[in-house]
Amino acid sequence: MERSTSAGGGGRRTRPAAHELARYEGLFAARTSGMKSSAMREMMALTERPDVISLAGGLPDTSTFAPELYAKLMAQVAEESTARALQYGPTEGMAATVGCIVEVMAREGTRVDPADVIVTTGGQQVIDLVCKTLIDPGDVIVAEAPTYPGAVPTFSAYQAEVEQIEIDADGMPIDALESTLDRLHAEGRRPKFIYTIPNFQNPGGVTMSLARRRRLVEVARERELLVLEDNPYGLLRYEGEPLPTLYSLDAEAVGRGGASDLVIYLGTFSKILSPGLRLGWAVAPRPVVEKLNLGKQGADLCSSPVTQMFVAAYFAELGTEGGPPGPAWIEYVERLKQLYRRRRDVMLEALEEHFGGRASWTRPEGGLFIWASLDGGVDTTDLLARSEGVAFVPGRAAYMDGRRGSSSMRLNFAGVPDEDIREGIRRIGKVMSGDTGLLGTLTGSPSVRAHAPAAAEPRPPVEDGTPLADVVALPRRDAESSRSARRRRDR
Amino acid sequence: MNAARKVAVLKGGGSLERTVSLRSGARVQQALSRLGHEVIAIDAGPELVAQVHECQPDAAFVALHGRDGEDGTVQGLLELIGVPYTGSGPAACMRCTDKALAKYLMREAGIPTPEFTAIKESAIKELGVGAALPDVERTLGFPLVVKPASQGSALGVKFARSSDELPAAIVGALSYDRKVVIERYVKGRDLAVSVLESEGDDAEPVALPVVEAIPREEEFYNYESRYEIGMTTFVCPAELPEGADERARELALETYGLLGCHGVARVDLMLDAASGELSVLETNVGPGLTETSLLPLAADAAGIGFDELVERILASAFTR
Repeated sequence: MERSTSAGGGGRRTRPAAHELARYEGLFAARTSGMKSSAMREMMALTERPDVISLAGGLPDTSTFAPELYAKLMAQVAEESTARALQYGPTEGMAATVGCIVEVMAREGTRVDPADVIVTTGGQQVIDLVCKTLIDPGDVIVAEAPTYPGAVPTFSAYQAEVEQIEIDADGMPIDALESTLDRLHAEGRRPKFIYTIPNFQNPGGVTMSLARRRRLVEVARERELLVLEDNPYGLLRYEGEPLPTLYSLDAEAVGRGGASDLVIYLGTFSKILSPGLRLGWAVAPRPVVEKLNLGKQGADLCSSPVTQMFVAAYFAELGTEGGPPGPAWIEYVERLKQLYRRRRDVMLEALEEHFGGRASWTRPEGGLFIWASLDGGVDTTDLLARSEGVAFVPGRAAYMDGRRGSSSMRLNFAGVPDEDIREGIRRIGKVMSGDTGLLGTLTGSPSVRAHAPAAAEPRPPVEDGTPLADVVALPRRDAESSRSARRRRDR
Repeated sequence: MNAARKVAVLKGGGSLERTVSLRSGARVQQALSRLGHEVIAIDAGPELVAQVHECQPDAAFVALHGRDGEDGTVQGLLELIGVPYTGSGPAACMRCTDKALAKYLMREAGIPTPEFTAIKESAIKELGVGAALPDVERTLGFPLVVKPASQGSALGVKFARSSDELPAAIVGALSYDRKVVIERYVKGRDLAVSVLESEGDDAEPVALPVVEAIPREEEFYNYESRYEIGMTTFVCPAELPEGADERARELALETYGLLGCHGVARVDLMLDAASGELSVLETNVGPGLTETSLLPLAADAAGIGFDELVERILASAFTR
């Protein structure tokens, strides 16, 4: 067994020259003490084996992109502009790529001035640059609970204090946000920005309602607060009406047909085209863009011109004959939507079959993720350890303290084929049955859940304020499946 | 300088401590190269035996942690195919890896260890252990620590403050092993003593300076974080009350001998804050060898550099 010494803590007795460890410890920046490696991540690393069905990743399905088109576009970039593609580019991004970004945002009904755009190395770099630009150690970020697990290490690295606001079926409750802001104000702490993923939230799967979007923008304006709107999946909507971006609502509030002056918008090509390109973007008020630009110069000078030119070439492609009218990229997004919608439905069906009666889960209208919360206080980190051949993200990863969310899990339905989704959910359900049975036996209430009445009261339709964990009314497992579950345990 | 050898470094594997093992192994490889040995790196997997057969090493350096690497499996395999290897043999590995067995052996031998009981999953299913939970409370009291019997990682270590929390803690810990140890929680100072076999044929094992782990947060429910990087500060040599240092090292050597360890091991102890008594928690036959691991830290404090440490562990392959 391994136990490790700390990266940040020094021994009381240090002999810098003699102690290799102490030597490094003395050199590490204070902020590295906030960079945590957790045992849970070790476990996640272990699930990256080919025999494991992974519902853990944030992956889109890149196998759907036509190899011939990829080859053609790369050849085109090579033939037309080898020298430029292999050269450094401008820090803010190439004009042609910015043009594509303006086009993508228009598709979501958001008008932006190309001068307010900065091309970044993936959306993740926007989070990093925004923190780099705005956060001094101890500054406050207000985020959703749960929040994007990938933002957690970034916030930690900049030594931000994060206040997480529990979301419900309609996203972040703005009254809860306001009371948090009031409390912070009373404590003499001023948040630097509010971090939100309004569409098909990662990991929660829920979407912020229009009323809350409007109210959030009002609150931000009243209090002069910046909002970081993280919107990687906005175009991947499988049902329901698209809602306006916070950026466009704020621009509307500013008036004069101008730009938003409080929202920093984060976009990415990762989910509508490819994460391998490592291209994202920010749209922000001019002074903020300028600072982001300076921060980016220090980080990587510019994002890859090769992939930027690939994107520009791709956006100039026309769609195939017989496909929906318009450019190829829109046709591709439409195809992804069809595929992911079906996979979402497959996962929802599998959840009803294998989790029914002992968990609740979200029913996302788009995006990549479903958030499932188990009854009875089962710790999903333990469940992952017990689950053979299937992986998911334990809910704790979505909380800054690494403690809350212990009964929840994030499931990706987009990146794996239908059969794997069914099999993966079946495997998790089987492990849950084992745990529940064991607990029942231990506490002298055997198979409590398996004997539960077959029908539950139908729940009222979802209304504002419904807790996230109760978004879906779940049918209890019927008597037949209870019996078969018992038979499985008996073997 | 010892003779140059052909050494296969076994690392990685499929345990929860895979990444740590890869780091230990990489560092051992570098040290062995510096020492003039020929190094072959092997990531323990389905090809392990074939790879060892193919390279015909003089010895295998076992830099594996956790399941298979630390529990006697690989050691037994290496004996079968006739390759000398570093560290403890299969029986000692099994005695140390099974915390329940180790604690029963210590109890029999009179080595102090926190009071405990062990529960197997099959006993819950087939022998009605649930009815004995009040006896756990009566004999051990609360708070209790519940650990998977053979899991080395911090994962699965649970804390139960009351009888309400005990069943879930047991079931949670059983996610990592078929057997759990339920141990009385000892509030106190968390110590580790590494034992290293000294050079020469007739040499006795020696106990290296004591390392103390000081958690940044004292709360019970954050027990897991004691094992997480960044959550704990380590001090070596530990500043201990009169006699405790010597006693800790004695206990470590006694435990090392009792469990039949060979070459190297790390013994974890608690110094009870209330009584001032020391007790042994567990023994690890595959201690980490990364930049931040406790064994290299203790060796360094004893004036043994990393290369010398690796050379001495390598020598254990030829002195069995």
